[in-house]
Amino acid sequence: MISDLAFDTPLLLVALIALPILWWLLRAVPPAPIRRRFPGVALLLGLKDDDSQSDKTPWWLLLLRMIAVAAAIIGFAGPVLNPTAERSGEGPLLIVMDASWASAGDWQARLDRVALLLDEAGRAGRPVALMQLGSQDTGPLPLQAANAWAARVPNLAPRPYAPDMDAARAWAESLEGPLEVFWFSDGIERPGRDDLIDAFQNLGGLSVFQGARDVTAVAPPRFEDGVIHVPALRIGTTAPREVTIVAHGLDPAGIPRELAREVLQFGPGEMTAELALSLPPELRNRISRFEISGERSAGAVSLTDDSLQRREVALISGTPEREGQILLTPLHFLREALEPTADVLDGALGDLLMASPDVIIMADVAQLSPEEQAGVIEWVQDGGLLVRFAGPRLAASDVARAQMDPLLPVRLREGGRSVGGAMSWGEPKALRPFAETSPFFGLPIPDDVTVTSQVLAQPDPMLAERTIAALADGTPLVTRAALGQGSVVLFHVTANAEWSSLPLSGLFVQMLERLAVSTRPVNPAAQDLDGVTWVPEQVLDGFGTLRDAGARPGVAGADLAEAPLSADILPGLYAGAERRVARNVIGPETVLAAASWPADVPVEGMTVLAPTDLMAAFLTAALALLLLDAIAALWLSGRLAGLTRRAAGILLALALTPMAEAQGTTDEDLLALLATTEITLAYVETGNARMDDVSRAGLQGLSNTLWQRTSVEPAPPIGVDLETDELAFFPMLYWPISPEQPLPSAEAYARLNTYLRSGGMIVFDTRDADIGGFGTATPAGRRLRQLAGPLDIPPLEPIPSDHVLTRTFYLLQDFPGRHLSRDVWVEASPPDAEQVEGMPFRNLNDGVTPVVIGGNDWAAAWAVDASGRPLFPVGRGFTGERQREIAHRFGVNLVMHVLSGNYKSDQVHVPALLDRLGQ
Amino acid sequence: MSDTALHTPATLRSRSESVAKSLPPLLADAQHLAATILLGEHGRKRAGAGDEFWQYRPAEAGDAYRSIDWRRSARADSHFVRQTEWQAAQSVMIGVDDAASMTFTGHSFRPSKLRRAQTLAMALGILAIRGGERVGLTHLADPPRGGEAQLIRMAAALMDSHEPGDYGAPKPRILPVGSRAVFFSDFLGDPGTIETVLGQAADRDVKGALVQILDPHEELFPFDGRTVFESMSGAIRFETLKAKGLKEAYLERLAMRKARLKDITRRTGWRYLCHHTDQPAEPALLWLYQMLDRTS
Repeated sequence: MISDLAFDTPLLLVALIALPILWWLLRAVPPAPIRRRFPGVALLLGLKDDDSQSDKTPWWLLLLRMIAVAAAIIGFAGPVLNPTAERSGEGPLLIVMDASWASAGDWQARLDRVALLLDEAGRAGRPVALMQLGSQDTGPLPLQAANAWAARVPNLAPRPYAPDMDAARAWAESLEGPLEVFWFSDGIERPGRDDLIDAFQNLGGLSVFQGARDVTAVAPPRFEDGVIHVPALRIGTTAPREVTIVAHGLDPAGIPRELAREVLQFGPGEMTAELALSLPPELRNRISRFEISGERSAGAVSLTDDSLQRREVALISGTPEREGQILLTPLHFLREALEPTADVLDGALGDLLMASPDVIIMADVAQLSPEEQAGVIEWVQDGGLLVRFAGPRLAASDVARAQMDPLLPVRLREGGRSVGGAMSWGEPKALRPFAETSPFFGLPIPDDVTVTSQVLAQPDPMLAERTIAALADGTPLVTRAALGQGSVVLFHVTANAEWSSLPLSGLFVQMLERLAVSTRPVNPAAQDLDGVTWVPEQVLDGFGTLRDAGARPGVAGADLAEAPLSADILPGLYAGAERRVARNVIGPETVLAAASWPADVPVEGMTVLAPTDLMAAFLTAALALLLLDAIAALWLSGRLAGLTRRAAGILLALALTPMAEAQGTTDEDLLALLATTEITLAYVETGNARMDDVSRAGLQGLSNTLWQRTSVEPAPPIGVDLETDELAFFPMLYWPISPEQPLPSAEAYARLNTYLRSGGMIVFDTRDADIGGFGTATPAGRRLRQLAGPLDIPPLEPIPSDHVLTRTFYLLQDFPGRHLSRDVWVEASPPDAEQVEGMPFRNLNDGVTPVVIGGNDWAAAWAVDASGRPLFPVGRGFTGERQREIAHRFGVNLVMHVLSGNYKSDQVHVPALLDRLGQ
Repeated sequence: MSDTALHTPATLRSRSESVAKSLPPLLADAQHLAATILLGEHGRKRAGAGDEFWQYRPAEAGDAYRSIDWRRSARADSHFVRQTEWQAAQSVMIGVDDAASMTFTGHSFRPSKLRRAQTLAMALGILAIRGGERVGLTHLADPPRGGEAQLIRMAAALMDSHEPGDYGAPKPRILPVGSRAVFFSDFLGDPGTIETVLGQAADRDVKGALVQILDPHEELFPFDGRTVFESMSGAIRFETLKAKGLKEAYLERLAMRKARLKDITRRTGWRYLCHHTDQPAEPALLWLYQMLDRTS
């Protein structure tokens, strides 16, 4: 790491010697004292400091300063990480790129590296030629200034094929040295590469640049036993690796989608792996290509043509299948030929039409019912392919005798003919080579295919056109006619071996393939494709992107099958007459091998560490450290108080604000926890700070009294905001009324009503009993009416003398606060409550009164300051203190009433109460 | 320029203006404070010389004939004496220390100790005068007087600084026999003076209270680092290298000072209250009011 560090001006580093001197200097100077006015200094006189440690600057502060100064010195010396080592070399330079699909994965890195090399060459004034192997011109080497090439570098793109090594060697040998050659290799071994290395080495020096990136590729998938096998290859690391293989295709709406995604595991040391993918036929038929996810190269894409598509073929025979004579059934050979490559459907024609197969094959079916006929015609017109085989029944029937049957391509002659049989003259007829217009053109005709019987077509002007295969004597063997979007094909022989040996030959299968009844095996052989010009529909570029082929010329079938990929034959999808064939970068037999280089060829990686200027970083660090030092010095001298502390607090708060927001719920939980772990008296926050203070002080005083005298031991009181806080935790709410208090919102009222209905109690205090009685038009009284209007408050009455509030803890008849008014209202007792003779109290076994309304300013009478002294005077002298005492007792009764409900109104206690009342 | 140099007729106007500037707030503060306490006239609640009717009591042996209320007695078989409530006016002497140390405040949003002391003193004066008593300031030579005008005089006198130096001590110039006295100060100066003054006061049957007013900073000593402490006038300096290390010792000395004050007041029958400027003034005023009530 240190070796990668260099300085622009190393001489400045000499200044580091001064650091120890600076250390000594700084150490000798203690921090300056702070002057502070403080009257308590009189008490300080004569005191001694414990120790004298602050006399000198603490070591860590010194260290901080040292580091800051050192960072500044180093920063000004101009440190550079990974300084560029200039490449030595002169004379013209040739940069050669493989530019195959395998370089696409790290193409940008390659371009960056090329740009870097061009930079260097430009600085050294070397002429440069840049070549992509496979596109080299034969003319003289285009040596140009590096700048001219640098502008072209971004336009370079990898090719979707491998370079032709032989051509490249020939080209390299034609060059004249001396040339220094830089070869950007894709790392794949190819035949003829060693010769190319020799040729380059003969020109001058050769350096190779090779990416460290693994190359993965996917080979064409195979369909076997109902499972798609997707082989994948790799070169590079032998460590276990997972690649994700994605199948793309059109969804039913015709939109390209990802249809399947599976992970493929390369084991340790394995260079090939295979993914087995089981998909439903509907999905499988729609797959258009497999890709390795995240791999941008043409090799990581494998186009599937029709090979994966399994056509649904419905087989219908006119004769019921005969047990034990399988070889004689009309469908046996068809079934054998189709089953490996197509999905065969059986059943009644009506049901099969419903399933909408791709192909319907009728073996020796003569007459269809009118409904069936109409159905089949409609199906063919919609694009179906109807293949019919002749047979005894068809020959014997009247179908298509007098006029054309829509479901037969030709009219038939009665009877048919038989050649080469025991009762006839002549030899069995062989097939005539297929005409160029025939879909079968190019198929080799085996010698042993002979026809002994057939149905004959009526001569017709259309007959020649419709014949796609004929016997040696020219009689049509297979005829075809278009019907709507589909077509009808008639084999003039049976589907079994009775009339001909065609079903026994391989030609039969190939013919079915050409008719797209069945699909071809994976690897098209040259003869499979021969005779047809294949027009590219879509081609792959080097990055594996599928593009429209545009107006690219067609490719001969033989070339498509066997010629190596080149600029003329790009990988892609080629369309023939009936079907499409895919040509992929990776064939089924392709083997990838990593390139190996001779020991005398230097191999470099793609990545280059760009030089990093560390000057700014060091200077910033020095600045930050000095700032830290300033703060630390302030802190040490005790000056970090007041404003700075507040600023720090604000900063901290700003930093913590998102956290605080995130923890918003916990704050509510905290309140709930606080309010529920202990009994807590609560007051309503009116917005008037002074009133709220009095309320809190009052409830604190009441809490103190409760703590001293009863088993109720409340927590410090809490102010609740009606708009936001949950009320359910509080047994009692004290609500002082002021005329200027705002009305709560509708939600707050809803919460308050819920609170009242669930057994809560609100004590309204208008605090104006000294100037007006209850309900009179004092400002606070009027406000109370407005505030309490929307509340669910039952009928009220002044506290009756037998109300349970008068005896829940103390026996009381007055309920004074700071004022002495008798007007305290509670929920009215039920109208049927009557006093029983001899009982002092009515039987009022109802719940807790939801409201207590008065104006005696109870909170002021209860209020105490922090040291427990009363905040406000009550009355005068001893009577005043007595009034305060009664006020406290009323408070105790109130809390007891809330907490114990009507317990004291239970008649069980009557004797004891009577005894205490002296009655 | 000394104070006397400023006391010229030419400057009287400007001095008056500057005093009047702060007088209304002081008076208003004090009035407001007093209003929280004042509910009615400050009666003596016992029979004595006064105008208000107090009670009829059965005549006892030794009552002069002229003291018998014949009209009330005529309605009953026995004789009654009509008593009036004792309204003999009391003298309340108030001393406010306004030495330099009292001008200290630890934070800009807190009033200085002096301002708090002045407010409390004025409020107490208002309460006393409303109660029909006479009030005076201990540092003036004037005898205590009653009436609203006395309040204005008091306020003006309170605003005039009279105590030079860093720390003041109560030096009552007039202390009428049997009167009540309240001293407001931080009592950070020499406690010996206070002991002497209270001893003399006790000799003259003067009861009262010491109200020690402290800033929270003086109570908590929230300082750290290398610090030079100076008294408010700068006369006393004390340098420490690590202020935090002195906190324990300082708090111990403060506690000792408070204990000493309490001890002095206990021995002389006075009362002691420690008041902090960050707390509301009302409780202290209520305490003072009740103290005057009780000791009477």
